[in-house]
Amino acid sequence: MARALLNVPKRIRRGDVFEVKVLISHPMESGQRRDDRGAVIPRDIIHQFSCTYGDELVLRCELFPAISANPFLSFHVRARDSGTLVFAWKDDQGASHSETLAITVE
Amino acid sequence: MNRALALAALALTVVAGVGAVAEKRSGYLDAGPQTRAMQDDDTANPAFLWVQRGETMWGERPAGADGRSCQDCHGDAAQAMRGVAARQPAWDAATARLMNLEQRIDRCREERQGQPRLPPESEGRLALAAFVGLQSRGLPMSVAVDGPAAAGHAWGKALFETRFGQLDLSCADCHDRQAGQRLAGNVIPQGHPNGYPIYRLEWQGMGSLSRRLRNCMTGIRAEPFAPGSPDALALELYLAGRARGLAVETPAVRP
Ligand code: HEC
Ligand code: HEC
Repeated sequence: MARALLNVPKRIRRGDVFEVKVLISHPMESGQRRDDRGAVIPRDIIHQFSCTYGDELVLRCELFPAISANPFLSFHVRARDSGTLVFAWKDDQGASHSETLAITVE
Repeated sequence: MNRALALAALALTVVAGVGAVAEKRSGYLDAGPQTRAMQDDDTANPAFLWVQRGETMWGERPAGADGRSCQDCHGDAAQAMRGVAARQPAWDAATARLMNLEQRIDRCREERQGQPRLPPESEGRLALAAFVGLQSRGLPMSVAVDGPAAAGHAWGKALFETRFGQLDLSCADCHDRQAGQRLAGNVIPQGHPNGYPIYRLEWQGMGSLSRRLRNCMTGIRAEPFAPGSPDALALELYLAGRARGLAVETPAVRP
């Protein structure tokens, strides 16, 4: 399936505070569950997420267990110039991912 | 939840409230406000991860010189697939049996693309069904229950009203007679198939109508019908007929 759904409003004006919505495909295995044979299923969650806008870090967060699979994050950013949002995240398997989204500021 | 469902079902047989025949009501209305909000916003509905995958698959050509994509034969999905899911399952004249949407997609993949069959509940099969189903969103469920489909429909109705399993309950016991009541904290919906495949919070993922029915049947400790079997198709047809007029919600979000 798709790795992430990234959404910003269709029209963004300079100075506007706009909402960024990110839905990431991930099992977010909590580490609390056991499989059919009773063995603990190892924790595998996204534990770090960040978003940069141009060269500015606009959000960085740590995530913990008890977040559902395919987590949804939303936050607000003030529009400066047209540019690129870069989203990056890391999970317990050591995988790092990043996705980009170009935005046009009117 | 299955265990809770089974236990509560025991209690339910004792309560035996007599529900009046209610107006058709989508399971959407029985879900909580947060669940409905997820379904209302395509950017917050995780099912769209599958939809996006399905959209990509629609345009992918299988390897080989004459490999054709879904798009190559059908064109733009928004037009070609509009209303298709609202009419399933339907009688298939070529094979003289009922077929649902997933089986039609299977047939195109196997016979027209020379591709291996996608396993039930696999990401790809759900992705294509969700993408094709989305093209009917908002249209009324409009399955044909007459003509060659009539016998299957009648059989599906009989199955719906038959008591099964160790708990000796029928689908109708819950979804006709107890709809709107609570079972282990969940509202019992009328049991309409208008949002499938769905993103179900309890599954933390996507699943087909077959998977949903398997949950209800194991909940009453009955042997589930094999997915795609004549019994399963007859039951799916009866459910679709019972939901006629409700808007297609694919891909819905359910608790
Ligand atoms: C080589 C051409 C070809 C390709 C490739 C193809 N199809 Fe089809 N498809 C057909 C034809 C012809 C029919 C109508 C005949 C039938 O339903 O028996 C059909 C029927 C269907 C139907 C049922 C439509 C209805 O009104 O009942 C669906 C759904 C469908 N295709 C989906 C797909 C999907 C999804 C793919 C890609 C995975 C695909 N098809 C690839 C030719 C194709
Ligand atoms: C013991 C009561 C009970 C029985 C018997 C039962 N179900 Fe259900 N069914 C439920 C409950 C409760 C839900 C909703 C669960 C939830 O949302 O967590 C449900 C959900 C459904 C749904 C999903 C509706 C939606 O909005 O997505 C369908 C379809 C369905 N059942 C069909 C059936 C069929 C067909 C049978 C008979 C084979 C059956 N059920 C037997 C209790 C029952």
